[in-house]
This record gives sequence, C-alpha cells and structure tokens, in this order.
Amino acid sequence: MKVTFPHMGHMWICLSAMLEYLGVEVVVPPPTSKRTLTLGARHAPEFACLPLKLNLGNFIEAAERGADTILMAGGCGPCRFGYYAQVEHAILEDLGYNYRLVVMEPPQKHVGELLSKIKYITGHSSWWEVIRGIRFGYQKARMVDELERRAHYLRPRESHRGSTDKAFKRALQEIIAVKHPRDLPQAGERVRRIMAGVAIRPRPVLRVGIVGEIFTLLEPFANHDLERRLGYLGVQTDRSIYLSEWVNDHLFLGLVRGLRSRKEACRAAPPYLNHFVGGHGQETVGSTVMYARQGYDGVIQLLPFTCMPEIVAHSVLPGLSTGLGIPTLTITVDEQSGEAGLVTRLEAFIDLLARKKGVV
Amino acid sequence: MKGYLGIDVGSVSTNLVFMDENGEIREAIYLRTRGQPIFALQEGLRQLAERLPANTIVRGVGTTGSGRYLAGIIAGADVVKNEITSHAVAASTLVPGVQTILEIGGQDSKIIILRNGVVTDFAMNTVCAAGTGSFLDQQAARLNIPIEEFGKLALKSTVPVRIAGRCAVFAESDMIHKQQMGYSLPDILAGLCEALVRNYLNNVGKGKEILPPVVFQGGVAANAGMRRAFEQALGLEVHVPPHYNVMGAVGAALLAREKMAGGGTSRFRGFGVAKTRFKAGGFECENCPNLCEVVEITREGEVIARWGDRCGRWSNSLGYQENAV
Repeated sequence: MKVTFPHMGHMWICLSAMLEYLGVEVVVPPPTSKRTLTLGARHAPEFACLPLKLNLGNFIEAAERGADTILMAGGCGPCRFGYYAQVEHAILEDLGYNYRLVVMEPPQKHVGELLSKIKYITGHSSWWEVIRGIRFGYQKARMVDELERRAHYLRPRESHRGSTDKAFKRALQEIIAVKHPRDLPQAGERVRRIMAGVAIRPRPVLRVGIVGEIFTLLEPFANHDLERRLGYLGVQTDRSIYLSEWVNDHLFLGLVRGLRSRKEACRAAPPYLNHFVGGHGQETVGSTVMYARQGYDGVIQLLPFTCMPEIVAHSVLPGLSTGLGIPTLTITVDEQSGEAGLVTRLEAFIDLLARKKGVV
Repeated sequence: MKGYLGIDVGSVSTNLVFMDENGEIREAIYLRTRGQPIFALQEGLRQLAERLPANTIVRGVGTTGSGRYLAGIIAGADVVKNEITSHAVAASTLVPGVQTILEIGGQDSKIIILRNGVVTDFAMNTVCAAGTGSFLDQQAARLNIPIEEFGKLALKSTVPVRIAGRCAVFAESDMIHKQQMGYSLPDILAGLCEALVRNYLNNVGKGKEILPPVVFQGGVAANAGMRRAFEQALGLEVHVPPHYNVMGAVGAALLAREKMAGGGTSRFRGFGVAKTRFKAGGFECENCPNLCEVVEITREGEVIARWGDRCGRWSNSLGYQENAV
C-alpha cells in the first residue's frame, strides 16, 4: 500500500511524518504547480471550486509516482467538500486510475469509524504506537506553524529582500529531516537560530488579517502566494486558521489547551452571522470581527470561486466593515488567474490602509 | 518649461500628460494601446516631445495602469502606482471635495469612495462587469455607428427599452431581439446604457454608500448616454471632469510631483527612448513544474528587466531590478 493525500500548504510534512513513523509507505504528490492545476481543471466539473481541481491534479501526479491509496478528509454540512473524496475518486476511476479510497470523516459524527480507518491504514501498529505517531505529526505541525508566524513577522522588516524566504526554506528542511520524536527539540533550536539570523530594520508595518476558506488560506499556490506578496508590500499578516489549530479543533476536539479555536471565532460572529453556514463561513465573519477588535489595519478574505459559505460571508462583510470600521477586501480565486489585476487590488488596498494610518 | 510626466498604460488606451509645476495640464495624449504597450508608449513620448517646447525639463515621471511596471522600466519612472490610487489622487485634486468616483475604462470598472479627501473604500470588477468599454465599442461597431455618436444617439431616446444586462453575451442577444421587434436605435442604445449602469451598480458598487459629489471618469465617461443613465439610477448629478479620459495619467503626474517634492533627480530616460529599440520577449521557465512565464525586456539587445518568476531565479539575476510584487 502506497498512501497519498492532497496537498494543503505544509500539511504533507506532518502527515508524512506521522505515517512514515508508523511504517506506512507514503507517496507525497509533487508540489502543487501549474501542471497540477492543468490536469485537475481538465477533468473536474467546471463549476467545482479550486480545491477540488487541485486535489484531483495532486492525485493524478501521485499516481505517476506509484501511489495506490488515497487518504482524504470527509466532511458534512452545506459545503460541498463532504462529497469531494467520493467525486474525485469516481473521476479518477473513470480516467482509469485504480485507487483505493480511505475517507476520514470528522470524529464528532463517527468516532468508531475514524479509528477503524486509521487502523486500516497503519495495519500492524499498536494503538499506543498510533497515538505516538499522531503526536509526532502534530508536533511537526506546531513547529511549521511557529516558523510561518515568524516569517510573517520578519518579511516586512527584513533588511535584504528575500532573506526571510531563504531562511524559511532552510529551516523547513530541518523540520522535514527529523525522523524520530526525540530529535525534535534540537531541530527546534536549529530552526530558531536560523530565523534569528535574518537581519531586520525597524520600520512601520501594517497588520492585515487573512480570513476565508481553509484550503485557500493554507495553500500558497491557490492564493497566489498572498502572504509573501503582502510581506513585500510592508505588511505583517496573520492567518485566521493555522494547520495545528484546525487539527486540534476538528480531530482532537479541542484537547490541546492554549490554542486559538474556531469556537471563539464563531462566538464573535453574531450579530453579523448568527449560525453555521458550512465550511468556514462563520469563522470568516467571526475572525474579521476579532481582527477589528485587536486593532488590525485591514482584513483580506479568500474566496474560491463558487464557494457557497464564503459567498455568504462575503455578503456580510460590507456591513461589518462599516460597523466596526475595518477595511476588507475579497479576493476570488479559481483556475483563471489575472495576476495584474490581483496585484493592482492588493496595492490599492495597502495604499488605502497606509494612508488611513498615516504611514505612507 | 519644467514639469512632471504622467503615463497610464492600460489594456485599451495609453495616455500621457505633461503637467507644469503649478499643476496645470499642458499636454494630454490619448492613444490606443492595440496590444503593443511599448510601441504605444514610444509613440506617445514622440508626440509629446514634438508638442512641448525644446527647453522642457522633466522633473519627475509617474506610471500607472496594468502596464505600469513595463512603462516604468522603459521610461525610467520615479514612482510606479496602481490605478486606483492614481485615479483617486487625480479626481480629488481636480474636483475638490469629491466623495464618489465611478471609473469605467476599456477593461476594468471601479468605484472609489473618498471621505475628507482620503480613499476609504474601493472595489473593482471581480468576476463580472469587466470590459464595459470594450463591449460598448463592439456594439457600436456592430450597429455601424461611430463610438463618438453613441452617447448623442442614446440621448435622443424617449422610452429606453429594457435590455438584459447581467452578462455581455445575454445583452447582445437581447439587443438583437429588441432590434428585430422593431424598436428604434436610440431606444435600444439608451436601454443598453441603463443595463450596463445597473450591472455596474449591482456588481462593483454593491454595498457602497454613493454620496455626492459624484465624478464619472475613464474612457466611457465620454458617452453621454452612460452619464444620463447614472444620473437617473442614482438620483444625483454626475460630473465628468475635463480630462476624464486621462485621469490615471494625471494622477501619476501628481504622484510624481509629490515624490520629487523632497528633491533628487528624476530617473527619466529622456524623450530619446522613443527611438531606442526595446523588445519584450518571454519564455516559459522549465526549471520546475510551475512553468512560470518569464518576461524579459531588452534595450538595444541588452536585458534590462525580468519578472514573472515565482522563485526569483530570473528576476533576481540582474543588477538592476524593478520587480513586480
């Protein structure tokens, strides 16, 4: 069994750490690229959102590297994502790929089923080993998130353009290279040292929160490297969901304490949006409210074209923006990309924030 | 004469203005880009040099529009700014106190909201309401009327026909339908203007508080039919400023003046660049599966700028850089 899974930012690092620790053979799809998108968009329904197209492309490219089993998340509710595993599998079958499909449904619905799926993948490992493996993957997720946060802080302040990205790449390699949980602390030290080596100079920066659908938030290919572009425009960004927070919320049911959770975001959403609308629609609204309260200069929403929950959030944002006095910008992404247009909108938005704050 | 040069290279038109030190627009040039921004820019510079007195000194250059980086490299710009900021700066300087700017160009439609002279909100067409100007152009051509006559004809209408304006494809087939039913041309044209205004306000202007004074600019502002349709839909007077079709270039010139106010010499390459041989080439980098389209600008055969690569492999390999973000 050669297991593969779709890309979502740096998720592959923790997922393959966990599976490989448990002795499962993993095929990581090649990094999501234009080719991935071309393959996915060719075979996906046109009105499906970008995540489906990219997932599909990932699976086709992973099959070329010998993968035969897909590990995929399930879901429920108004967002179509719950169907995606099945739809993608059916498309792949039609194309002649012989994939086995393992869908991890959210544990709040079927705990027993989830455990049996894990057991199916990991085979002979004992439950104790499985728990250690999950913990190992999770620790890596925490480290990667920490690293990303550091990069968001450094990028707008770096003395030499590109030095943060260089350090980030090197630091990421340190985390990837760790094969056993006992080596993680030293790797963490090395990562911190690498990032501390980035020279910065003090200057006024803008703070912008990024909200929206989780896949688009986490996958830089899908969001046109938004965080890096903003960093270069002198903006320190914060993402409303990091991978470790999402895992804690959805798979560990909030077991890890001291992490930001979706519950706070959902509590902050009323009166603008009072109930669950599927996907991360309510979190998008709630996080925007929270960023406004925390004194952020602006919020950018990422919306994969045709995503229903984010469309609901998008229609709520103008009122929220006036009510709380925080400028918001929505960026719609799909396989049609017009980079000139994206750059213009970002620059104009940042100009607006800078003039408002008086840091031109 | 001393002054500032503003250049707006858009998808449909390339505009240049020369503004003297008092902020007076001395020359304005409006050219069709015709898919060749470098050629259009050089032609514009050539015409401008002819019109300006021989002792003219350019103290600063600003570029804007979707071709701003390209134009910035070729002309040697001191400031390269996005078109929203440029349009807002121009409108608030030429029409003091403006609170709403409706801007419709060839490809992009935007709305800019200002309060107390500061941009507080803006929107650009997202997935729809793009290409309004080009669509009007195309319809005028189909009906065999000069685009300049479009507005005048529309104003003759007494009972505008209702046209389905949600999408250009539907609008055209609905127009043909109304034509075959026998409606008069002015009524159809006025109906089309109303449909496009409706579409603009529903898509671009959605959720925005439109307060007077309202300024309407961009190439489409020349169309009196569109202006009247806006006035009727909004119930407000809509101003079309004198340089409505080159406002981006005016804004770029103003921004150049602001930038150079602190002193320093301009990076302007001189009007001679109109005779220099520039070439934009491109290639697909095959170093990784991203297959980035790298653009290369050469001057007399020497590469002076590159951009488009995600990783910086090409854009960082030159001493002189003008990277897009």
